[in-house]
Amino acid sequence: MANLFLLQLLNGAQFGILLFLVAAGLTLVFGIMDFINLAHGVLYMLGAYLMAMFALETGSFWLGLLLALATTLVVGLVLEWLVFRRLYDRPHLDQVLATFALMLILSEGVKILWGSAPLNVAMPELLSGSIPLAGPLRYPVYRIAIIVAGLATAAGLWWLIARTRAGMLLRAGASNRPMVAALGTDISRLFLLVFALGAMLAGFAGALVSPVLSVDPGMGDSILILTFVVIVIGGVGSVKGAFAGALLVGIVDTVGRIFGPIWLKLVMDPAAATQAGRVLAPMLVYLLMAAVLSWRPNGLFGRPS
Amino acid sequence: MSAAPKAAIALLILLALVPPAAAAIGDPFLTVIATRMAVFAIAALSLDLILGYGALVSFGHAAYLGLGAYAVAVCARHGITDLFLQMGAAALAAALFAAVSGAVSLRTRGIYFIMITLAFGQMAYFFFVSLSAYGGDDGTALAARSTLFGRAWLENDTAFFYMVLACLALAYGGLDRLVHARFGRVLTGTRESELRMRAIGYRPFRYRLAAYVLSGMICAVAGVLLANQTEYVSPAYMAWTRSGELIVMLLLGGVGTLAGAMAGALVTVGLEELLAGWSEHWRLCFGLILLAVVLWSPAGLTGLLRRLLAGGRR
Repeated sequence: MANLFLLQLLNGAQFGILLFLVAAGLTLVFGIMDFINLAHGVLYMLGAYLMAMFALETGSFWLGLLLALATTLVVGLVLEWLVFRRLYDRPHLDQVLATFALMLILSEGVKILWGSAPLNVAMPELLSGSIPLAGPLRYPVYRIAIIVAGLATAAGLWWLIARTRAGMLLRAGASNRPMVAALGTDISRLFLLVFALGAMLAGFAGALVSPVLSVDPGMGDSILILTFVVIVIGGVGSVKGAFAGALLVGIVDTVGRIFGPIWLKLVMDPAAATQAGRVLAPMLVYLLMAAVLSWRPNGLFGRPS
Repeated sequence: MSAAPKAAIALLILLALVPPAAAAIGDPFLTVIATRMAVFAIAALSLDLILGYGALVSFGHAAYLGLGAYAVAVCARHGITDLFLQMGAAALAAALFAAVSGAVSLRTRGIYFIMITLAFGQMAYFFFVSLSAYGGDDGTALAARSTLFGRAWLENDTAFFYMVLACLALAYGGLDRLVHARFGRVLTGTRESELRMRAIGYRPFRYRLAAYVLSGMICAVAGVLLANQTEYVSPAYMAWTRSGELIVMLLLGGVGTLAGAMAGALVTVGLEELLAGWSEHWRLCFGLILLAVVLWSPAGLTGLLRRLLAGGRR
């Protein structure tokens, strides 16, 4: 039982790390530009599809990853330049509508280009196999690699935001946008960079996960909603909050699905527990979010408005 | 007075003329499309009450559509087939869900409100996805449409259409009176300035919650009608993209006018049917049109129309 718990904890952490990669870009865009982007999940899906395509074309996982990252970065730049910069000064409702439209366009475009059937990406030779964990338990190397890559990205992001000049401007822009502009910073270029970085991170998450999950057109939708839950729990605009929220959501969701029915069996009869567990498990993260919001309406690390 | 009631009445009359027109040109499917239009018009109207007059952007409104639809399936399985009883059950379930979720959601504002309503919508969605007694993910087919006073009158598409249209007219009339009554004025006041409303002695929370609950109840009635139209119930009715579509309808038509919500629903459903008949990748075209409207006509189609009609006068 303890072994199973450890295993699910690791799975949850790995899922949480992926959620963080997607959430980081979204929360930055929210916090700095006060902009709702419903098309962010599509970028995650796009990353996975590009990875599938490039890995197949080049025959190399690593080359595919590099090309997928570069392409999502370019897609982010183009989208910002074509659509998003026209929406920064518009009401949230317009942003919701425009990015909803963009989501329809991009996900349908993906279906036209690659079809609706799921694709698979081969795992790189170097990272396949598994390592011993505790006792007879083994854990796949690739999943550990995802955790390490995600933690490294989180550290890099922290360094970028807390220790560099660009990060300083970013933080300043988040707390007072007009002031930063008045002091002579090209705010629209800053926005462009933040947006492209966020797009690339989402694409990175999609590319990373592609060998573990099947790549299908619905993958963007499900992660988008969970990402919203993450940033609302963490507090909109806070990267630290996104990290904490992502791990919390990842672990609660994964552990809840496996252990929910097991724990319920302690208090009710097995058949009812299985049924109740199946109904309750997917709702768990939303209940968590409602609980956090009724306790702290601005999220765990959010600034009071 | 404004042109909105005139526009709404014109839309209702236009819809009422669809079945004779469909019979004249021998295309009964037109009546089915008009029924869908009217059903979604009710849902859009209910959303307009909170979004348009209360500035509460609910991104989980489709949950009420789904609750209404499942109320039909649950009632029918327990032998209750009367339409009005089912509507009552749907409204009751929606009121309970709205009162609880609203009490939590309304503590938040802005982006947080959008997100938390989305989360509650997803909660409802996943609840029905895992409800294997009613088909889970796939949903379940209804044996027959609901009955009226023990008779299967609604099996006739034309009769059913006029029933839906009557509900739409009732919803519009009721909401129009409500938003122009004291309740609506207070709600609009809280939209404009919460601080001032507090200062003159109102408690915005109560009015918002009441509007939120009422809106959910009306949308659930639309859900009852939707289930009857398709004779099928599935969690897909409450997918978050469906909530997005309801907002799309509202914004296409123009927010906070009621008539705009109806026009938006008509245009959106019509456009979907038109594009879906033309290509299986209709969502691409729909998205492009939507994007163009948002970027170049912020007040929706009614805003565009108004600008065209106003010409150089303003």
